[in-house]
Amino acid sequence: MSIPERLAANRYETDEEQSHIHVDQDLARSTGTGERIIAVCPAKVYAREADGTISVEYAACFECGACLAVAAPGALEWHYPRGGMGIQLREG
Amino acid sequence: MSEELEPDFDVIVVGAGIAGCVTAYRLAQAGRSVVLIERGEAPGSKNLSGGVLYSRVMEEVFPGFLAQAPVERRITRNYVQFLNATSSVGIDYADERLGDPVNAVTVLRARLDAWLGEQCEEAGVFLMPGVRVDEVLRAGGEAGPVVGVRAGEDELRARVVVAADGVNSFLSRAAGLRAKEPENHLAIGVKAVVTLGEERVRERFHLGQDDGVAYAVVGDCTLGVGGGGFLYTNRDSVSIGVVLRLDDLMARGLESSVVFDHFLAHPFVAPFLAGGEVSEYASHLVAEGGIAMLGEIATDGLVVVGDAAGLTLNTGLTVRGMDLAAASGIAAAAGIEAALESGDVSKAGLGGYREALMASFAGRDMVTYAKAPAFLERPRMYAEYGQVLADVLYGAFDHDLTPRKHLVALARGVVKKSGVRMRDLVSDAIAGVRAL
Repeated sequence: MSIPERLAANRYETDEEQSHIHVDQDLARSTGTGERIIAVCPAKVYAREADGTISVEYAACFECGACLAVAAPGALEWHYPRGGMGIQLREG
Repeated sequence: MSEELEPDFDVIVVGAGIAGCVTAYRLAQAGRSVVLIERGEAPGSKNLSGGVLYSRVMEEVFPGFLAQAPVERRITRNYVQFLNATSSVGIDYADERLGDPVNAVTVLRARLDAWLGEQCEEAGVFLMPGVRVDEVLRAGGEAGPVVGVRAGEDELRARVVVAADGVNSFLSRAAGLRAKEPENHLAIGVKAVVTLGEERVRERFHLGQDDGVAYAVVGDCTLGVGGGGFLYTNRDSVSIGVVLRLDDLMARGLESSVVFDHFLAHPFVAPFLAGGEVSEYASHLVAEGGIAMLGEIATDGLVVVGDAAGLTLNTGLTVRGMDLAAASGIAAAAGIEAALESGDVSKAGLGGYREALMASFAGRDMVTYAKAPAFLERPRMYAEYGQVLADVLYGAFDHDLTPRKHLVALARGVVKKSGVRMRDLVSDAIAGVRAL
């Protein structure tokens, strides 16, 4: 079962107005944070695009914070989504 | 910011998980005005655990807990499994005594925490779901005492604020109580809930009506990454996943989802899940530093409880967080009550929390297992030892018409061939005995 198929079973209240994640592309490249956050995230929020930048599919986020834990200081701005937004676990 | 403003509540609790709910519930019971702020739609909607709750402590807070709370199954069977690529060796420990009185249950947090939130409301707690707290308010500038919280445009004031905001605790970081954790103190738990139907769960795992089983797995299930796999039975589903130490995962350049998929596809695991539906897939950060992570848990006007305080224990055989969260809630409520009673909510006035916590089973266990995290970082646990065990047993069971050897001689030969140095084996054994 692919990750997108698995994600489809989850319930999300996506914040359409703002992302809760921001990658500093220069720092992500120079510190190796890009590779690390791509590897650590089980929701596959982060991906490397053809131009070398890291894209962020924030709507898929589980809000676990593992990416922040492995990111170099300043390379990733990550906080929780606004109240009532983001993943809404039904099992937990 | 004016210091003349009257508090809106005696206590603000941020985060309706187990620690936050227990703290709020106890204080409301003591007659305090309490607001419980939760960023999810409802208590539990942001909360995830592996799923085994050592439940005795909950009975202390909520008499009749097991009969009333939405728990899944009572764990009366524990498997500990060394899993290699093509072999496995396990200990199967089943004991009726574990079910009388019930010692551990599986839970699904979205259901359990919703119930805890209801208990809080019935006790008089004002529950505010769907609100994200952005920062704590301080009186008289940066270093002043905490006097409340800000959520968007709104400010709420209280005599004491409780940071129960989970493992990432932005509040305690901002309050200067916690720094960023080193990666060897953190692990990512990746988990799916696979629904099988109640009858199938019982048949497949040989369970009575309410009984459940917990599997703890180490070795090839994590492709050698420090950590392990778990499988717990719920009423009509299983909770299955891996816990991976971040430093080791990063060092090996592996993706967490690849390790998770590998575990689910493993011949030992796959048959358990056959025909099931993934009903949820998510992850959670686990604090694995033990007592080393329990830093400052109080400052002027603020205390930190549960995951936010780094209260998690991995003893190798059991992984605990929820019972420690409950214990910290009990201790924090007692400490806060004493501080409110005396009118001193400074760090010193709140000192009763730490005292009560360290006197409780939770604090004492944190001290007992102080060496466990370092022991569990020894790499051979996740690679060679499972294979050594299987090779010894293979030598005992595989009758290939060569003459047999005594078990000790057999084991010695296996260890020699495995590349594990005898002095490492002895050192690991001694460290294990001391740590666990």
